[in-house]
Amino acid sequence: MADYKMHILVCGGTGCRASQAEQIVKNFKQELAQKSLDKEIKVVTTGCFGFCEKGPVVKIIPDNTFYTQVTPQDVTDIVEEHFIKGRPLKRLLYHNPKNEFSVTSAKNIDFYKKQVRIALRNCGFINPENIEEYIARDGYAALGMALTEMTPEQAIQLVKDSGLRGRGGGGFPTGLKWEITRKVQNSQKYVVCNADEGDPGAFMDRSILEGDPHSIIEAMAICGYCIGASNGLVYIRAEYPLAIHRLKIALNQAKEYGLLGKDIMGTGFNFDIEIRYGAGAFVCGEETALIHSMEGSRGEPTFKPPFPSVSGYQGKPTNVNNVETFANIPVIFNKGAEWFNKIGTEKSRGTKVFALAGKVNNVGLIEVPMGTTLREVIFDIGGGIRGGKRFKAVQTGGPSGGCLTEKHLDTPIDYDNLILAGSMMGSGGMIVMDEDDCMVSIAKFYLEFTLDESCGKCTPCRIGNKRLFELLEKITQGKGTMQDLDRLRMLSNVIKDTSLCGLGQTSPNPVLSTLDNFYHEYVAHVNSKTCPAGQCKALLKYEVDAEMCTGCTLCFRNCPVGAITGEKKMPHYINQSLCIKCGVCYDKCKFKAISIV
Amino acid sequence: MKIKSLADLRKIKDEVQEKIKLRELGENAENHVQIKVAMATCGIAAGAKDSMNYLIAELDSRGIDAIVTQTGCMGFCYAEPTIEVIKPGKEPVIFGFVTREKAKEIIDEYIIKGELIDGVIPVNYKTIEEQ
Amino acid sequence: MMNTIQLKIDNKELEVPKGTTILDAAKRNGIHIPTLCHMKLHDMNIENKPGGCRVCVVDVKGRRNLAPACVTEAENGMEIDTHSMRVINARRTLTELIISDHPFECLTCAKSGNCELQQLAHDMGIREIHFEGDKSTYRKDTSPAIIRDPDKCIMCRRCEMMCNKIQTVGVLSAINRGFMAVVSPPFEENLDHSVCTYCGQCVAVCPTGALTEVDHTPAVIRALSDPTKTVIVQTAPAVRAALGEEFGLEPGTLVTGKMAAALRRLGFHFVFDTDFAADLTIMEEGTELLDRLQRHLNGDQTVKLPILTSCCPAWVKFFEHQFPTMIDIPSSAKSPQQMFGAIAKTYFAQKQNINRNDLVVVSIMPCLAKKYECSREEFSHDGNPDVDFALSTRELAALIKLANIDFHALPDEDFDHPLGESTGAGVIFGTTGGVIEAAVRTAYELQTGKTLQRINFEELRGMEGIRDATIDFDGLPIRIGIAHGLGNARQLLEDIKSGKSHYHAIEIMSCPGGCIGGGGQPYHHSNSEILKARQKALYSEDEAKTLRKSHENPYIIKLYEEFLGKPMSHKAHQLLHTGYFDRSTTFVEED
Repeated sequence: MADYKMHILVCGGTGCRASQAEQIVKNFKQELAQKSLDKEIKVVTTGCFGFCEKGPVVKIIPDNTFYTQVTPQDVTDIVEEHFIKGRPLKRLLYHNPKNEFSVTSAKNIDFYKKQVRIALRNCGFINPENIEEYIARDGYAALGMALTEMTPEQAIQLVKDSGLRGRGGGGFPTGLKWEITRKVQNSQKYVVCNADEGDPGAFMDRSILEGDPHSIIEAMAICGYCIGASNGLVYIRAEYPLAIHRLKIALNQAKEYGLLGKDIMGTGFNFDIEIRYGAGAFVCGEETALIHSMEGSRGEPTFKPPFPSVSGYQGKPTNVNNVETFANIPVIFNKGAEWFNKIGTEKSRGTKVFALAGKVNNVGLIEVPMGTTLREVIFDIGGGIRGGKRFKAVQTGGPSGGCLTEKHLDTPIDYDNLILAGSMMGSGGMIVMDEDDCMVSIAKFYLEFTLDESCGKCTPCRIGNKRLFELLEKITQGKGTMQDLDRLRMLSNVIKDTSLCGLGQTSPNPVLSTLDNFYHEYVAHVNSKTCPAGQCKALLKYEVDAEMCTGCTLCFRNCPVGAITGEKKMPHYINQSLCIKCGVCYDKCKFKAISIV
Repeated sequence: MKIKSLADLRKIKDEVQEKIKLRELGENAENHVQIKVAMATCGIAAGAKDSMNYLIAELDSRGIDAIVTQTGCMGFCYAEPTIEVIKPGKEPVIFGFVTREKAKEIIDEYIIKGELIDGVIPVNYKTIEEQ
Repeated sequence: MMNTIQLKIDNKELEVPKGTTILDAAKRNGIHIPTLCHMKLHDMNIENKPGGCRVCVVDVKGRRNLAPACVTEAENGMEIDTHSMRVINARRTLTELIISDHPFECLTCAKSGNCELQQLAHDMGIREIHFEGDKSTYRKDTSPAIIRDPDKCIMCRRCEMMCNKIQTVGVLSAINRGFMAVVSPPFEENLDHSVCTYCGQCVAVCPTGALTEVDHTPAVIRALSDPTKTVIVQTAPAVRAALGEEFGLEPGTLVTGKMAAALRRLGFHFVFDTDFAADLTIMEEGTELLDRLQRHLNGDQTVKLPILTSCCPAWVKFFEHQFPTMIDIPSSAKSPQQMFGAIAKTYFAQKQNINRNDLVVVSIMPCLAKKYECSREEFSHDGNPDVDFALSTRELAALIKLANIDFHALPDEDFDHPLGESTGAGVIFGTTGGVIEAAVRTAYELQTGKTLQRINFEELRGMEGIRDATIDFDGLPIRIGIAHGLGNARQLLEDIKSGKSHYHAIEIMSCPGGCIGGGGQPYHHSNSEILKARQKALYSEDEAKTLRKSHENPYIIKLYEEFLGKPMSHKAHQLLHTGYFDRSTTFVEED
């Protein structure tokens, strides 16, 4: 059984599967069998490696060779070169964008160098559909320890000592939340796992559920033991079919092994988990809205208190934690609070997973210790700005986070620092922008998302955000006034100050942070009616440089609205009142005679 | 398959440990003995595959956590099979003419006791990644 | 003191019971924090506080953001400022935002003068809307009784709360998200394609003009000015106890005489009283009760008990939709409005020698469901309805104002005969418990042959949502149940279904408080004291009457002698009784 000399780990996350990872696995198995290597080399489908930019990803164990952007057709070459000839297949190795050298070992890739993987420890390492691989990695040992060696109070104390804070965005101390729920007297309590990941671009929760579902099951059972609950519910969005599939497999395996159900490990503790599907409303990530949705009501938040810890699902005390928070729990039990305490900053212990996206070279899922600076994340792990452009801003905290600038790059990332800087941790979205991005448009873009996702219950979020959006639209169309800028700020502050739930309270963050950090861009849109980044169509003007124009008539012939006039071999002219700023003339001109002003 | 106690869980863990041992070793390569076996045409012809199988089996039976991987031609075709041994924190050492017997000697003397034996090929190179 | 806390609101030191909201704490101490979505009917267990409009936000020292006073519990040591710059700015901005998404139609809106948003804007001193942009617009929906104009919906969710929590009808709820969020029937269907009972409680609580009644005054004016028509009017008992409010009179002022005078001046040829028909209802329903009771006592297993009252049309529609297996339990007696119509277009028309098609019967009702009821097919004869138009109390007030009548200067006048005479039993039909008390007064005397020593049955009165009492019928204990509000009715029905309750007779009224709290009454603006005052007024009118038992009404006796024979006779069945329909699937059908 242990004859395998090598393992081929193929990423089976949603992203890589979309690029034919399943076919790659099939081809590997076929190819190895043909070459009679199938007894020596094992093919394992794992969870997400995080380096989605370069997927599908294949890692060879034990030499850690890391192949990127593998296609099913590449399999024959890999087997031939790597396994038969014994040398890495150069063309599929990762190329460092900084020096163009190819890197063989995953360990030497910048993207992985600064990462510390706690929540993602098993993602890309074990086969998520095999409980034994999880058990081999100390799986369920934490639950065993809690149940046999600790009282619920001691277990809660451990979580409190670890300093773990909620990874869903709020940053509420997890141990404290458990303690509060424990103290409420009720024979029926619930543990809820919030897997309603809604931030556009964020997918850490999905990746954890796809790559390491047992860690969530184990953590929920531990939580159940701590707070005195024997029922767990995972609220997961129905758009995550693979995560649901793997979670279901994991639940069945855990039940089969007696790690869920009655009398777990002979301790008399009962715990079971059910899955509840969400329809993917962003606001249902808010815990009261989530609970209403699970109860079959309209997914909208209610005023807190009462907090779910006191009155949650079906009016019973309910502890809601998000997926990433739960993923940290078993490690904390296995390695101790002290170990966890050494990672991170004083007020934010441990690590945080970020979905790094936007204009960086290395897009993907990363996990770094709290206190890592934005610069390290963007320039070291992210590999810097794509195409050698200049960094302009980074948006953290999802659609309702703020845009931070150059001056924040050396800020160590933690809950409090991000809030201080005018943004927030959120669930860990991180979108990098470069010099080509117009910050007014960016603010408008994010607001459009919250506008769509608002439940409409409270006035400031329902109507206020709409009016904010309309003001921004007015500005990007060059119709804004300086008074509008004041109104924008005032309205943003009122929305922040009066909204019912976190969604509304944070929705103006993109507007406020861009007003703070890029006020000059707003002023340019208003006063000189220009968009410095050249993004706002309404403010662009295409003009023909008479000197450069050869009168070739190409622009004239391609203009879809007939806004260009001119004689053959004579300079042409663009009628601005007709121009729709489609940019066709600019693209077609062979003489660079058309410029954007 | 039902786990009825913590002891059951530990027993299963021990049983299934092997499944991912290779990966755990790979994860912490620098803390373990790493052996690279040159497996180009010349190496294979000289019996490198047999030596590699022997090394894996022997190290395993002695309970030494080592990472045995294959690599391409090291350029010492006159001394095949050749292997490179890296002990944690030590410079790599290359041995030539590694037959089963030689392999046993390398394990006994160099890997376990840390004593150099005959057959060392002096090298002085750096990989591109170390530059 | 364990159960009180100390706090400071606007620099005033206060002590309030633990668990009090900031809003209530302020109110108790003379500080009126403005609200919009919040609504509470004291002592009636009706409260709406979604915390959605945010108009009531206040500044709590040490808190990051502003706190909504309606849902935030006051805490010991809190320091609250209800009118800081920050609060005023937020509150005015929120009001402006709501108005920015509201049609500017105040001048033509049915709710003008009664609109709470209008009042709020006035109180906030809003003179300009600083935000312009899109308005959320939706389809208008007209039903037989209620008009929905969702453009005017401000998402206060009061109607939703009434429809779901109090009435358990479940037609209205929030749909869509964000800016397009609005309260609507499922799938944005029309009300008449839903299980709506037209109880009108949504209209009664709507702060704006998003929910209003269908206006029948133009049709009535047209009928009154048609020389070929004889137009007669009947007025429901609860109207006289509330109409005065529309003219600035104290709630609970009885205006029976002025109302009759006003109707006469409006040009109605005969001014009659639904109370007369209420007495008639008691004759039929009381007899039916005694008949069922007698058969039950004689061991008839097929007899259905308890008997349920059937004078409330919203209640009738409710059980037709929700309890289709129980449609043989309610009394088959028509409601007073429809009994009146049936008698008017037969007995009275014959007496006056008028063709029924030339006789227009108008009713003045505290109710919106009555508009629907008179449109039900079974209540018409060859396409001519027994009751042509049902006006709400509010519509009657509008009509009086339109006709330049100085209500206050009117003399007290009497109703006309023969359909205007009534007893005190008919009057108390307007309040919860009244119908069953009236029935008991008659049934007791008919059953026992004895004269009641005590006419007031205090045990049947009150405002509790569900009440019960056992009345001694000379040795025979009769168990009576009473429910008002359809949610309470549902609970009673479920209890009967499951065999938990055993009653002989049950009175059910859809609206909290009974007809005095009907959907067509002057708006109570969340003041339950108004409902209590109306109730008191009805009992006092009953008290003042010499005749207080339906079977003593001389015109009722005459009606039976001249026309109907006796209660539950063949003719009475034809004219005064009806049947019910299983509507459990009607609205699901494809068009």
